[in-house]
Amino acid sequence: MTATILAILGMALATYATRASGLYLMRGVVVKGRLKAALDALPPAILMAVIAPTILTTGLAESGAAILTAAVAFMRAPLVVTILTGVVSVVLLRMVLG
Amino acid sequence: MNSAAREFRQGLLDVLPILVAATPIGLLWGTLAASKGLVPFEVWLMSATVFAGAAQFVAIEVWRDPVPWVLLTVTALIVNIRHVLMGASLSRHLGGIDGRWHPAMMFLLADENWAFCERRALKTPLSLGYYFGLALPMWITWTTCSIIGAIAGRSFGDPAAYGFDFAFSAMFIGILAGFWKGSRTGAILGASAIAAALAKLYVPGAWYIVIGGIVGVVVAALLYREGEAS
Repeated sequence: MTATILAILGMALATYATRASGLYLMRGVVVKGRLKAALDALPPAILMAVIAPTILTTGLAESGAAILTAAVAFMRAPLVVTILTGVVSVVLLRMVLG
Repeated sequence: MNSAAREFRQGLLDVLPILVAATPIGLLWGTLAASKGLVPFEVWLMSATVFAGAAQFVAIEVWRDPVPWVLLTVTALIVNIRHVLMGASLSRHLGGIDGRWHPAMMFLLADENWAFCERRALKTPLSLGYYFGLALPMWITWTTCSIIGAIAGRSFGDPAAYGFDFAFSAMFIGILAGFWKGSRTGAILGASAIAAALAKLYVPGAWYIVIGGIVGVVVAALLYREGEAS
């Protein structure tokens, strides 16, 4: 087996382990009150953490585009419109600022 | 149309914008992977079996010759450790779905379909049809675009010139807006963002995702007041 295939299988196994293990973590735990508030915050907190370096530390164009995208998203625009806003505004801001 | 088909169709409708956004991202990833020396079959195999965009982009950054497969495995584990928390959260909503399906469902767990499930579970019980309506089209799109990128990527030119490299971030911002419940959400997101950005700058490796997630969750727990409606 080549090192490339080995790496891919290793990554696949590691990733599946993370996906499957979460199911069994909360068996028999009653989720309410403070714990529920914490778990409910997990989806947005994780999504934010994935993109935070890109939108905060890459450059002014990316930060500016993120603000415009968020503004459109908060006006309840369809997701496609929100994504297009991000893509178009980052191109324009890179031209202006770059 | 029976209810499973209706649920599948609803999942497909919800995920369509994600498929649009994932297309250039998959093409981009396939192109980058091919530039690091992966042949199209290897590109397809990784997208099909790892099926995790963030981890795959990080892996291509780390990729070199000879292939550091132990480092790549550990890096995938770290980037994807958030799935443990996501699965734990999702498990609260799987009560109505036969347990035999759970392992296959978890194989296709991704940020986007998970976020849609969490949002839907606020209103209506989660169904198998809805889940696979979200997840299967994503898997097909992601694997197809990866392999097209690997074969034909260089003829598309520089993805950054079209802003496609930002599509991933824009998609997440759009999903995030659906979780907004007032200023407390703002505090959670702000804390998570600052912690993740700082961790990315000062902590080696890919721990920033876990660190940002945990800081956001801690802030949510601290802001909680006894007796409020949850």
